[in-house]
Amino acid sequence: MLELVNIFVKGIFIENMIFAYFLGMCSYLAVSKTVKTGVGLGAAVIFVLGITVPVNYLLENYVLSEGALSWIDGLMGNTGDDAMFASIDLSFLSFIMFIAIIASMVQLVEMAVEKFAPALYGALGIFLPLIAVNCSILGGALFMQERQYTSIAEATSFGLGSGVGWFLAIVAIAAIREKIKYSNVPAPLRGLGITFIITGLMGIAFMAFMGIEL
Amino acid sequence: MSTEVKEAPEKAAPMKEPSEPLFSKKNKLLLTDPLNDSNPITVQVLGICSALAITVQVKQAVVMSLSVLAVMIGGNLIISLIRNIIPSRIRIIVQLVVVASLVILVDQVLKAYVYDVSKALSVFVGLIITNCIIMGRLEAFALANKPWPSILDAIGNAMGYGWILIAVAVVREAFGSGSIMGWKFIPDAWLISNGGFYAHNNFMILPPMALIVVGIIIWIQRSKNTALIEEH
Repeated sequence: MLELVNIFVKGIFIENMIFAYFLGMCSYLAVSKTVKTGVGLGAAVIFVLGITVPVNYLLENYVLSEGALSWIDGLMGNTGDDAMFASIDLSFLSFIMFIAIIASMVQLVEMAVEKFAPALYGALGIFLPLIAVNCSILGGALFMQERQYTSIAEATSFGLGSGVGWFLAIVAIAAIREKIKYSNVPAPLRGLGITFIITGLMGIAFMAFMGIEL
Repeated sequence: MSTEVKEAPEKAAPMKEPSEPLFSKKNKLLLTDPLNDSNPITVQVLGICSALAITVQVKQAVVMSLSVLAVMIGGNLIISLIRNIIPSRIRIIVQLVVVASLVILVDQVLKAYVYDVSKALSVFVGLIITNCIIMGRLEAFALANKPWPSILDAIGNAMGYGWILIAVAVVREAFGSGSIMGWKFIPDAWLISNGGFYAHNNFMILPPMALIVVGIIIWIQRSKNTALIEEH
């Protein structure tokens, strides 16, 4: 249990998607003009990361990685030389499978939210399709693959933690951008430039968490 | 002297040149515009994610730019060829599948020939799939244009992406490690640890500096090109 909390907190602060890996920067910069849209997109990212990372974890461990298909041998009663599925390594397919899962999960989530929670859909609606091409979602799946989490619970808490970290980052920058409208920024820095520099400074602040061993 | 005078007006007004249709003025603009006026990173705000994470060393930035160039040319060409038969409802999935297949190719090539760089780029090769610059150009250009302009657009945008990447990487590697492409221009004897007077700015290697360097590049670019200045 403690392990899961550690992974969750690590995902939020130490391995923050935005400040440590710059994932999802495109939508982070485009949708952070006001806090309201920032909250909407942030919530959608938490939601989708929390679903796609565990699903991709199952895919990785039961279909794609080397020897992952050996459960078919068990099902069919193959042993010894007959066990032909154990030696299959499909990991080169992982990019295309992950992105297919993400795109279809986003579609499914969108339909489910529309059906069962119309109010939430009204709030998240326009952001959900954007998320299929948000790097932080695919990044979450790829980091999950690279770090080799040992159980689906760990993968889930990593997904949720990264999502919350991303949420935190976009809400913080949106709040700062709302305030900075009233300050006298040098003309060539207005808009994009100052946002980059502020994100950099926030990144430096978040680096204070670096090296903390949980 | 006379030859120079003769050449100068030609350079100033390339329109008057009897140009091939392949490189008409419009097509040339597709190549040169993304370098400055519509740069994918500093103006269109596309492809930032990968641009920042892999600019610690120039070598990684060069490999990344070449990978993006390859994927963009392939993706723009394929999408442009099949643009009339893609149903618009499922175009995102089609684009993702095309791009993902190309990225798998690039990834396997990198693993085979430059394994150390591939290891250092880690997840960021895979993330070319969701690199907004590729999807953005597919959506905005390849879906509505013929193959040849699409290829030029891909090359132009990939170069616009590449030069920012390499510029950031040069600054970060030069100040952070005292080298460019692994070639050390600060002698070891100068370092404080060897009794000298110079210390590398380790801060440059850390992630936040990438953002600040890009911010400064935007600042410089917009001071020169005032048409790009935003109204808050």
